[in-house]
Amino acid sequence: MPETTTCACGGTVTEEQMSKQLDAVLAEYKSKPGALIPVLQTAQTMFGYLPDPVVRKIARELDKSYSEVAGVVGFYSFFSRYPRGAYLVRVCLGTACYVRGGNEVLSAMKKALGIDIGQTTPDRVFSLDIGRCFGACGLAPVIMVNQDVHQRVKPAKVGDILALYRAKSKEEIHK
Amino acid sequence: MAAITINNTPLTVPDNISILAAAKLAGVRIPTLCFLEGLDAIGACRICVVEVEGAKNLVASCSVPVTDGMKIKTNSGRVREARRTVMELLLSEHDGDCQTCERNEDCELQKIASDLGIKSVRYEGQKTAAHLDTSTPGIVRNNGKCIKCRRCVAVCNITQRVGALFPQARGFKTVIGPAFDSDLAGVTCVQCGQCAAVCPVGAIVEQSHVQRVWDALENPKKTVVVQTAPAVRAALGECFGFEPGTLVTGKMVSALRRLGFATVFDTNFTADLTIIEEGTELLTRLKTAILDKEPVALPQFTSCSPGWIKFVEHFYPELIPNLSTCKSPQQMFGALAKTYWAQKVGKKPEEIFVVSVMPCTAKKFEAQRPEMNDSGAQDVDAVLTTRELGRMIKQAGIDFAALPDDNFDRVMGVSSGAGDIFANTGGVMEAALRTAYEIVTGRPLPFDKLHVEPIAGLEGIKEAQLTITGTVPEWSFLENVTLSVAVSHGLGNAEKVIERITTGKASYHFVEIMTCPGGCIGGGGQPRLTDDAKRKQRIKAIYKEDENKKLRKSHDNPKIKQVYGEFLKIPLGEKSHHLLHTTYTVRERV
Repeated sequence: MPETTTCACGGTVTEEQMSKQLDAVLAEYKSKPGALIPVLQTAQTMFGYLPDPVVRKIARELDKSYSEVAGVVGFYSFFSRYPRGAYLVRVCLGTACYVRGGNEVLSAMKKALGIDIGQTTPDRVFSLDIGRCFGACGLAPVIMVNQDVHQRVKPAKVGDILALYRAKSKEEIHK
Repeated sequence: MAAITINNTPLTVPDNISILAAAKLAGVRIPTLCFLEGLDAIGACRICVVEVEGAKNLVASCSVPVTDGMKIKTNSGRVREARRTVMELLLSEHDGDCQTCERNEDCELQKIASDLGIKSVRYEGQKTAAHLDTSTPGIVRNNGKCIKCRRCVAVCNITQRVGALFPQARGFKTVIGPAFDSDLAGVTCVQCGQCAAVCPVGAIVEQSHVQRVWDALENPKKTVVVQTAPAVRAALGECFGFEPGTLVTGKMVSALRRLGFATVFDTNFTADLTIIEEGTELLTRLKTAILDKEPVALPQFTSCSPGWIKFVEHFYPELIPNLSTCKSPQQMFGALAKTYWAQKVGKKPEEIFVVSVMPCTAKKFEAQRPEMNDSGAQDVDAVLTTRELGRMIKQAGIDFAALPDDNFDRVMGVSSGAGDIFANTGGVMEAALRTAYEIVTGRPLPFDKLHVEPIAGLEGIKEAQLTITGTVPEWSFLENVTLSVAVSHGLGNAEKVIERITTGKASYHFVEIMTCPGGCIGGGGQPRLTDDAKRKQRIKAIYKEDENKKLRKSHDNPKIKQVYGEFLKIPLGEKSHHLLHTTYTVRERV
């Protein structure tokens, strides 16, 4: 177990800090039925991803097996076991987006970022994932960058979109 | 009741049973791969589809209840074509090599494909990624063969409440296994092998010791001695087409001799010995509690079932003091074979090779526990499951059905009927009561044929009370004490018993726990597939074996008296302490 873990924001938190933050969440949900997914979601938002010690702790505290919790973490693409970039780019490959060129957008994105699905750029700015319908089929093809929706994306425009966020991330660092 | 027709034959069946169950009543066989008796039908495999008049789609017969007036077709062209498609899709992913598979001829996928008349597979595509997991002493997993029916998930999570296996990832990449991509050793697994016992294909099997045993039999420097667990004799016949519940004790002994075992002994002998040690331990604990009024861990839990032991070590370490310190009969046998018997035949412990035949995969784990070396060498060298022994007999070209009956060798092959009933749920308790009651009162246990009816049968948790009267002077402090006992099988039920105890809802003196449903006769190493009908037949056979013996009580076994006289001296004595008792380990829960 590593003593320190890198958070999505690029900073580091110790395992002890992580554990404390998690305790509060677990205390809130522990006695409620169906607690697992909300706890995982909250933990994912807190840490940016679900480090292994966190998954194990959640399993223990909610009286579930590690294998079961791992199964849930692995099932939903929303959950990640590895640190993600500051911006999560999700390219929709739902039916509507797919027929309107979602796959080409994905290829362009992979090329522009130099990473594959599920990976993070070395500078920790971007992570790439695919989505299965964001409910915006009329705007297909769609990508989401964190909470922002970009509509009718053309493969050639992928670079412009990324530049926007790259600039933003530089601002963040300067702040 | 619901009036339905199946393939145009009218019949009346109970309301709300599944179409699958109704078809069974009508004598119509519907193939299944994911269905498991007693657990919720999940309709994962789709091989059991049938046509229901008025329904747009075919339905999964395992998970759809009958309704009044329902017209069902199980053999229409549409059903046949759908099943064939499902099977071909399964086969297109299945990374199986039937000829070299451990499960060849014992595979439900192979059998159903054959029954459906599949001669070719129309779909070509990627195979399931193969990964061989040999990380644990008892179980081998091969993902490439897995058809994702999730039977193992159900038994591991619901029946056994262990939770080692769960579906990981999703879609084509789904793997049924331990957390993320870890191997079985990376999570808590009690090695009970119920997953292997229900796996319809060769994706989960036991770690084979067959070659290890052949090598020992060929090694002139080794004296190879074999012990057979009580449950094996009531099930081994099934490997050779005998009806479930056929006793094949004599043929089994013959087969073992023909395989080359010079000495054929019986685990029943050390089952009798366990009763003497564990019964004395219980009476000692009762004396401490009632007469000396000193704190002592009660109830005492039985310790014969290694899956249960590992379960306590991981999930309930606070109950370790309640576990009987007695080794299981398998391990008592190993320790005695390499000391007491070794001395008799003038051998050193390391010159003796002890093979066990067990209905169990957890026994493979137990045999390699580091503390099981009290003879000076590993006490039990190899553990074969009932299935593995069946395979060895086939490999040797022995015509099992034609074998004459033979008898176990003397001393460690002599046993009472109390040893036999260690095979089934309630049996260890009954055997213990037969002896303990008689020690305390001087009279035989007051039950018809010595069977303690309330703790027999397949009910998950069974309880009994027995008020002791007319005690002999030495045990007079037990006069009018009502002995309270409980029996459970399946670790999910064990958990419920523990809950009853820890919440104060019940209080017992002695509790028997067996890891597998039905006890050892339903063990993870038994011929598959075991259902309750087979469990009942095997239990019936075991009781018959017990009743047919002149010796019915462990303390009457003259060879047990002999081993105490010549070697052990007294129960719980120094030699016993060293060779027959053990300690347990607190383990992490993952």
